[in-house]
Amino acid sequence: MSNTFLGMPALPVYGHGNLNATEPFPKAAHRELGNDQLRANLGHATHTIRDKRLRVVSELPDWEEMRNAGSAIKNATMANLPVLLEQFEANFTARGGIIHWARDAQEANEIVTALIRETGESEVVKVKSMATQEIGLNEYLEEQGIAAFETDLAELIVQLDHDKPSHILVPAIHKNRSQVREIFLREMPVVDPNLTDDPARLAEAARTHLRKKFLSAKVAVSGANFGLADTGTLTVVESEGNGRMCLTLPETLITVMGIEKLLPSWTDLEVFMQLLPRSSTGERMNPYTSLWTGVTPGDGPQNVHLVMLDNGRTAALADEMGRTALNCIRCSACMNVCPVYERTGGHAYGSTYPGPIGAILSPLMTGIKSEENNSLPYASSLCGACFDACPVKINIPEILVHLRGVDVDSKRSARKIPTQMDVIMKAAEWAFSSGSHLNILEKGLPLGKLVAGRDKVIKKLPGMGAGWTQSRDIPAPPTQSFRQWWDKEHQPESGVDHQSTTPEGAQA
Amino acid sequence: MSAREDIMNRIKAALHDAPQAPVIPRDYRRSSAMTAAQRLEQLVDRLIDYKANVFVVDAADAPVKLAELLAGTGSIVVPHGLPEEWLSALKHDGGTLVVHVDSPQRRLTTADLDSVEAVVTAAATAVSETGTIMLDGSDDQGRRIISLVPDRHICLLRAEDIVEVLPEAIARLEATRPQTWISGPSATSDIELERVEGVHGPRTLDVIILR
Repeated sequence: MSNTFLGMPALPVYGHGNLNATEPFPKAAHRELGNDQLRANLGHATHTIRDKRLRVVSELPDWEEMRNAGSAIKNATMANLPVLLEQFEANFTARGGIIHWARDAQEANEIVTALIRETGESEVVKVKSMATQEIGLNEYLEEQGIAAFETDLAELIVQLDHDKPSHILVPAIHKNRSQVREIFLREMPVVDPNLTDDPARLAEAARTHLRKKFLSAKVAVSGANFGLADTGTLTVVESEGNGRMCLTLPETLITVMGIEKLLPSWTDLEVFMQLLPRSSTGERMNPYTSLWTGVTPGDGPQNVHLVMLDNGRTAALADEMGRTALNCIRCSACMNVCPVYERTGGHAYGSTYPGPIGAILSPLMTGIKSEENNSLPYASSLCGACFDACPVKINIPEILVHLRGVDVDSKRSARKIPTQMDVIMKAAEWAFSSGSHLNILEKGLPLGKLVAGRDKVIKKLPGMGAGWTQSRDIPAPPTQSFRQWWDKEHQPESGVDHQSTTPEGAQA
Repeated sequence: MSAREDIMNRIKAALHDAPQAPVIPRDYRRSSAMTAAQRLEQLVDRLIDYKANVFVVDAADAPVKLAELLAGTGSIVVPHGLPEEWLSALKHDGGTLVVHVDSPQRRLTTADLDSVEAVVTAAATAVSETGTIMLDGSDDQGRRIISLVPDRHICLLRAEDIVEVLPEAIARLEATRPQTWISGPSATSDIELERVEGVHGPRTLDVIILR
C-alpha cells in the first residue's frame, strides 16, 4: 500500500469522554491526600502487588529479552497500523464477525446502543473494559434506558457504591474489605446479613448476586486485550470467570477495542501472554484467558460484533515523541510502583487512565489544552520507576518531560504578557550566561541568610515559589557561594605560580 | 466519508514521518530445556500453587481414578468425543450417577448445565512453567460452555501434551479455534489484592495427569 496521504495535511482529531482531569492535579491530589483511609488502603495494596510482581518476574531468565521483543512488536504494530487493521478486519469478517468503526466516544456509544436495540433487550452484562469506561458507555446506556451490569468483582463494588474506578486493573483498590462488606450489605437486593469481611465470603456473595444474570443474559459487552491481525482473533484476559460467562453464554457479543490493541501475529501472543499476567497481577498466568475468532457455529455467541475505536488514538499516534504511549497493554505495573499514585490514588488524575501512563496517555489523546489535562504531566517526580516496570518499555519519564514542553509552548503562544515563570526563566538565562552575572547575584547570598533569621530556615517564599515552601522549608543559604569559596581558597600566593596552575594556563 | 475511511486517513496522516518497523528480536526461550519428567513435576507444582487438585496416574488407571473422584456425585456432563474407556469404571459402580453427553445433535441448555455437579473433559495441551491447561474445543473437550457452568471441572491431561514454555504451546494450537486457557480454579485479587479462589468459574479444578 502507499504511505502517501493525499489530502489536506490533517490536524490531529482529539478524543472525548472520561479522559480529562476536571480540576488541576495538585488541587485534586491535595484533597485526596487528606484521606488517611485511602492512603492506608493504597499503600497496602500497591506494596502487596509490587512484591508479587518482582517475585514472578525475577523467576524468568529471559524477562529482559521478552520486554525487548514486546516493545519491538508494538512499535512494528504502530508503524504498520493501516495494513494490520485491514488484515484483522478481513480475517475477523471472514469468520462471521461484524466490524464497526467509531471516530470518537459518542459514535461508539451510539453504535453499541443501536446493536443492543436490535436484539430487543434492555439489559446487558459487561466484562471489565477500559475502552468502555473511557467512552462512558454505562452512563450513556442508562440515559437510553438500557441497564449495564458490571460483572468483574471490583467493577461491581464500584458500580454498587455509585463510585468511580481508581485503578485500571483493580478499580476498587481504594476500598478495603470492611468497606466492601458495607457496600454489599447496603446495595445487594439479596444478601446474607451475616456476611463477614473475609474476601472469600465477599467473592461468594458476588457469585450468588450475579449467577442468575449470567445464566439469563442475552447480550454481553466486552473489551479486548489483544486483536491478532493474521488470524482475526480476539483475546480477553481475566481471573474470575465472569469474562468467560459473558463471552460464552449470551447470544450477542459486542466488543469495544481501541485500534492500537492489535498485534501483528498469533505468534506474538507468546510474548504478551507472558508479559501481561506477571506485570499486572503478579501471577505466572491469570486463571482464565478466552480467545475467539468471529463466530464458531454451535459454540458461544452467534451474533458477534466489534467496535474499533479511535477517540484520540490517532492524535497520540501523530506525536512522534509520544506515540509509544499507545504501546501500553494496561497492565498497571507503572501505577503500582509510582510514589505519586501510591499516595494520591487514581481519582486525583480525573481521567479513566490514572498513574504514570495516564499522565501521558490522557493529554496525548485529548490534546494538552483539554480541561485540566495539562497539569497531568507534572504529576510525577520523574523517578523512573514506571519505565523500569513497564513490560513494553514505554519511556514514560521522557514523554512526561516532552509533554511539559508542549504545555509550556502552548501557553507561551497564547499569552502576550509574560508570566512569573517567563520572568524567572529570563532572569536565569541572564544569570547563567556569564560568570560575572552570576557573581553579582551571589553577592546577594547574605541577604537570604538574613531572611532566614535565627531558625536558619526560609519557611515561605513569595509568588510561584510559595508552592515549593508549602510542604518544606528551605535551609538558610550559606554566607558564601562555592565559587566565592574557591576564589578565596585559591588566592595566588605568588601571582606567577597561580597563572601556571590554572587549567587554561596548563593548556596554553 | 465513512468512519472507517476517516480513521484510516487519520492514521496515515499521523504516520507522516513513515516510521520504520523494527526487526523483532526473538531471543527469549522458545523451546524446552527440561526432560518430560521435569515438566510433569513443574506442572504439578504450579497447579497445586493455584489450589487445583492434581493426581498423576498411569493411563490405564485413569478410569478408576475418575470413578474415585466422582464417588457420591449425582450427575456429570461430558463432551461427546471424550474417550469412552475413561468412563468405563463408572458404569460398574452400581451407583446412581447420571452422565449427560453434550453433542452437536443434543446440546444441553444452560439450565441443564447449571444443574449438573461436574464436567469431565480432556485438554489440548498444557504449559508447565505457567501451570496453564489449554482447551481448544476439540471433540474430547467440547463447547466452551460445558467446562464453565458446572461448579467442578475434572480435566484429564496426557503427559505427552505437556510443554514447558508458552511459545511451544502456541506452536501446537490453532489460533482460530475457540480457546480457553485455564490456570487453576476461578480466583480474584480484587479485594486488597489478596488472591482468593472460587468466584464465577468452576470453584474446584481437579487435574488427572496420565503418564
